[in-house]
Amino acid sequence: METSQEWETVIGLEIHTQLATKSKIFSGAATAYGAEPNTQACAVDLGLPGVLPVLNEQAVTMAVKFGLAIEAEIAPYSVFARKNYFYPDLPKGYQISQFELPIVGNGHLDIDVDGTTKRIGITRAHLEEDAGKSLHENFHGMSGIDLNRAGTPLLEIVSEPEMRSAKEAVAYMRKIHELVRYLGICDGNMQEGSFRCDANVSVRPLGQQQFGTRAEIKNINSFKFVEKAINHEVERQIELIENGGKVVQETRLYDSVKDETRSMRSKEEANDYRYFPDPDLLPVFISEEFKSQIKAQLPELPNARKQRFREQYQLDDENAGILTASRQLADYFEFVVNESACEAKLCANWITGDLVAALNKADLDITESPVNTQRLAGLLLRINDNTISGKIAKQVFELMWQSSSTADEIIAEKGLKQITDSGAIETIIDKIIADNPDQVEQYLSGKDKVFAFFVGQVMKEMQGKANPAEVNKMLKAKLK
Amino acid sequence: MTLTADDVKKIAYLARLGIDQQDVESYTKDLSGMLELMTQMSETNTDGVLPMAHPMDQSQRLRVDEVTEQDNRNNFQAIAPQVEEGLYLVPKVIE
Repeated sequence: METSQEWETVIGLEIHTQLATKSKIFSGAATAYGAEPNTQACAVDLGLPGVLPVLNEQAVTMAVKFGLAIEAEIAPYSVFARKNYFYPDLPKGYQISQFELPIVGNGHLDIDVDGTTKRIGITRAHLEEDAGKSLHENFHGMSGIDLNRAGTPLLEIVSEPEMRSAKEAVAYMRKIHELVRYLGICDGNMQEGSFRCDANVSVRPLGQQQFGTRAEIKNINSFKFVEKAINHEVERQIELIENGGKVVQETRLYDSVKDETRSMRSKEEANDYRYFPDPDLLPVFISEEFKSQIKAQLPELPNARKQRFREQYQLDDENAGILTASRQLADYFEFVVNESACEAKLCANWITGDLVAALNKADLDITESPVNTQRLAGLLLRINDNTISGKIAKQVFELMWQSSSTADEIIAEKGLKQITDSGAIETIIDKIIADNPDQVEQYLSGKDKVFAFFVGQVMKEMQGKANPAEVNKMLKAKLK
Repeated sequence: MTLTADDVKKIAYLARLGIDQQDVESYTKDLSGMLELMTQMSETNTDGVLPMAHPMDQSQRLRVDEVTEQDNRNNFQAIAPQVEEGLYLVPKVIE
């Protein structure tokens, strides 16, 4: 069919971040992941009669930290509300959340997509408690309920509908992920559900002001899936409209196996949550003093750090981006620069190249790196002072990865020190020239390519330890 | 504002309250009366008055982030209707 119509995609994201507190938001039960079912669910989490919630100070502090980091308004006065619905993993019959007066309002975050920076508005971020988990298999027709997660503090971060492609949505989600880990308020572990997102997606004819009807895609827990789910949903909506249909406002689930979204059976009254202020909790007042205390503890934030890396260390956008994507990796880089006193570019290339590749291959985090900053700095020093070539350095790095030896120990033990003694190099060159009269003739008759053969032979004879610049210079002179 | 019998049934359903058909009429009347009172209160001039979220004019006290609860699963599950492998069992909620 004819598709002359151009469509614009409109996306807003709701990101749920699990706050990295030790105890729950309203009780003193532990939040650690992976405990035996229901061993971390106390009377408050179970919603037993007569219990009262008491708010966790750390959860409030973390929410304020986030608010300050996105230059948002921190509500001097915020209120908890009950969101009423019935589901077995929500024992009280309501979730304690925030509705009219959230703790964080009206902030923003800059994202980079295809070389341009775009500012995404953040409508609000509010504190709430997580629900438990339902297990539907293998209980002879019953559902099993684990309430360990019930009461875990969440910060729900709601963006404005300002993203215009799945790519922008992923960039935004990554930025939030990076930020919450920088702030140390969320471990960002997506497999364990610490960081998950709902996407509100709609389409409209390009140029139209009014938004189209949106569908909400629930519980997406990977960057790859958010992009696929949105792209799929956009296609579905456009096809539907172009075939004369209408998008209905509904909740859809993304099926990563079939790569499609499908409607969740929506119960008739599902969206009537009847919010009202929770009488068990008093309003939360946040003083200017509390705010400035937290502000003083804020680390340097990713965007600022990236900018500084570009200016202070003259790094390109790509390297600065990779290094500042995690606070620990950025710290690692700065330690290596300080310890080795080598050129920052050399340090950056080694870290974003060999080190990150080795970490990825071993599925390790930078904090688990077998090669610490001191040892890497020791290696870079030896490249810098020409003790070893870059090529030999890769061998040394591999040996460092497998042992706890320093670069100097490995270089000494394996005899990898670069030979700069021109007498030794000259002897080898003379031998190679004498052994290969045919190649010498070819070279002298104008076949320049044969030069590489000689370099290769010399390096081979010297087990890669000759200084390549020196070898080139001497060969050129000899072969005249 | 006056409620209808259907409104009352809907509210009861949302709160999962079972009400007898014979009581619907009196509930409708009582609840409408409450709303009527609200309407009267709404007519009061409240310019410059901050809305209250709680009758106690105090700030929420905060708890230090410490684990203070021990595992009490055996005691809690002793009073649960049905448990298995440490889980609380409930009638199946999805098909």
